[in-house]
Amino acid sequence: MDVILRGGRVVDPANHVDAVMDIGIENGRIAAVAPHLEAEGAVLDAGGMWVTPGLIDMHVHLREPGYEYKEDVASGTRAAVAGGFTSVCCMANTNPVADNAAVVRLILERARQSGMARVYPIGAATKGLKGQELTEMGELAQEGCVAFSDDGKPIQSGQTMRLAMVYAGAFGRFIISHAEEVSLLADGLMNEGVTSTVLGLKGITRAAEEAMVARDCILSHTLGLRVHIAHVSTRGAADIIRHYKALGAPITAETAPHYLCGTEEMCMGYSGNARVNPPLRTEDDRQAMLEALLDGTIDAIASDHAPHHRDEKQVEFALAANGISGLETSFALCKGALVDSAMATPAQLIGWMSARPAAILGLEGGTLSPGAPADIAVFDPDMAWKIDPEAFYSRGHNTPFAGREVAGKPLHVFVGGRQVLQNGKVMERG
Amino acid sequence: MAFKRKDLIGIRELDAAEITEILDVAVQMKRLLEQNGKKTPHLMGKSIITLFYENSTRTRMSFELASKYMSAAAANISASASSVQKGETLIDTGRTLDRMGTDVLILRHPMSGAAQLLAQSVKASVINAGDGMNEHPTQALLDMFTMREKLGSLDGLEVAIIGDVLHSRVARSNLWGLQKMGAHVRLAGPPTLLPVELDKLGCTVSTDVDSAIEGADVVMGLRVQLERQQKGLFPSVREYAARFGINEKRIKLAKPGALVMHPGPMNRGVEISSAVADAVESVIEEQVTNGVAVRMAVLYLLTRKEAL
Repeated sequence: MDVILRGGRVVDPANHVDAVMDIGIENGRIAAVAPHLEAEGAVLDAGGMWVTPGLIDMHVHLREPGYEYKEDVASGTRAAVAGGFTSVCCMANTNPVADNAAVVRLILERARQSGMARVYPIGAATKGLKGQELTEMGELAQEGCVAFSDDGKPIQSGQTMRLAMVYAGAFGRFIISHAEEVSLLADGLMNEGVTSTVLGLKGITRAAEEAMVARDCILSHTLGLRVHIAHVSTRGAADIIRHYKALGAPITAETAPHYLCGTEEMCMGYSGNARVNPPLRTEDDRQAMLEALLDGTIDAIASDHAPHHRDEKQVEFALAANGISGLETSFALCKGALVDSAMATPAQLIGWMSARPAAILGLEGGTLSPGAPADIAVFDPDMAWKIDPEAFYSRGHNTPFAGREVAGKPLHVFVGGRQVLQNGKVMERG
Repeated sequence: MAFKRKDLIGIRELDAAEITEILDVAVQMKRLLEQNGKKTPHLMGKSIITLFYENSTRTRMSFELASKYMSAAAANISASASSVQKGETLIDTGRTLDRMGTDVLILRHPMSGAAQLLAQSVKASVINAGDGMNEHPTQALLDMFTMREKLGSLDGLEVAIIGDVLHSRVARSNLWGLQKMGAHVRLAGPPTLLPVELDKLGCTVSTDVDSAIEGADVVMGLRVQLERQQKGLFPSVREYAARFGINEKRIKLAKPGALVMHPGPMNRGVEISSAVADAVESVIEEQVTNGVAVRMAVLYLLTRKEAL
């Protein structure tokens, strides 16, 4: 065996394992998981650590091509492994849009050249994210797109959404819905509620999200076709998803760390870093997101990592770009909200952040089964640290969680058996 | 000596003692204004710039005159005639003016929170002369000054504020200030122009203007932008005036002698009828005079710290 991770708490929900074990890595794959493995090669002491399948973030923006000043594949995947992620799925709202094979090939080529984590592109559902003509999903799927989405530019026409779902289904793919009824946004800047009233910022009604979640759940139910609802943020949206799942509709859903750990109150002071879409909601919605994860209504946690340049955030709230740089804070924030609060077990957390996203997208990884790729994260679950955006590997330092005290940090990460994070530092590509 | 701030961004962060001090100083300033030679040395050697990203007549002129009466060097910049047109950010514009030795920057801006952003970025004192839908603190101060002058005290007053509350920084600043000073605020207007969850803020909220005005000590109209009709926020000027306008019939529901106020500029015949605006109870023109006094007081209080 090439490497043995010795004596860590192995948290592998795909195999219902949560026990102190050794893990052996050989030829880039997991060779063995057992209470004791004889040392042959290098040994890494994982005593007191969590050893988990590498986290999988099914919703990130790597910004390449076109917005390299915000992030690129190299910096974004460095941020990923620094956050414990071994795979990321990148959204199509690049420039040019990832709506054709050439752009998808470019992203994958960049990932091969400079990537630290695995990169799975999500293709645009419609050409130019315009919500009109479908993309060549057959070819895009062949090139490696794992799903299709007009994330950032929600598909307004119900007929277009229906056709996209039907067409994607033929290639074993599904649509990820950025669910917002744009006409209801009404120039809103933050969640509509008492805080928006106090601040004099135009509000976004929760109905904008919920109306579109309802449409897409109804389409899924009526057509019997899969849909994945991205970044669920309201209690009402969770209730709708719960209802249609109970009816048997093949719906999956994700929420983001900032909806589990933040509320609209973070907009007090007008910091552009608190501007995100969907907007930060209320404490009741935050509770609803926790409940929806616990009862299975929401399947996964995805960061919606949306790096932006400082110049796009240090401006008037109304001019600030939407989004939060999330890859490097996702684990600690979610662990705090879910595990440290005693609402969930470590195995459940790793399920939402690794096993479930892998299953939803049909990716390798998300498991520590012998034979699986050695995509592994080793976390110090107790290490206390303060979120400091200046220390991010991501080019995007935009987070409303700066200064928050959290616990839990990835120390070592392996992708395909190759160590990419060592003692919390991203390694150079050999 | 309650007021010790670098900036005046909003009434929301002030306390009653600070508001009272500003109003008390404004009383002195009003006396100065009523003298023959309107010149005081309070701001001698100070430079004051009004930086306006929106059009304004009365606020801008009243700040400018206040500065000049107090012997400051005053200059003004309009966004339409500055580097803003070349894409300069608010922070960069602010820092540039800061470096020129500006003591007070007076900002009018269409976006909520802009004054706070500027204040965080410059050494100069910043006065918010209206930021988006958020606050217009000197307007609320001059309104409170006027009410106190006419009615003796703000404590226990019933103040009805009528119209487009949703978009109104005047309504927000008055709400915060009047509540801190012990008055009770009633807000009323078309349901499409009332922000959500207003009732959680300690005021009475209604779409029935009659009930809001009934028994009020003060009735304040808010300007409605007529373009909002095209956005579907109200059906017509005719219906607005009939259902939500302050007219002679409605004003009779208020307490006898109740003050009629409006921040201006008025849409006569829409949110307020000419008969009401021009009646003896109307203090709309006095509001303008008091605006100069209040702005003199604010300028003095923000710059005096160095003199001490």
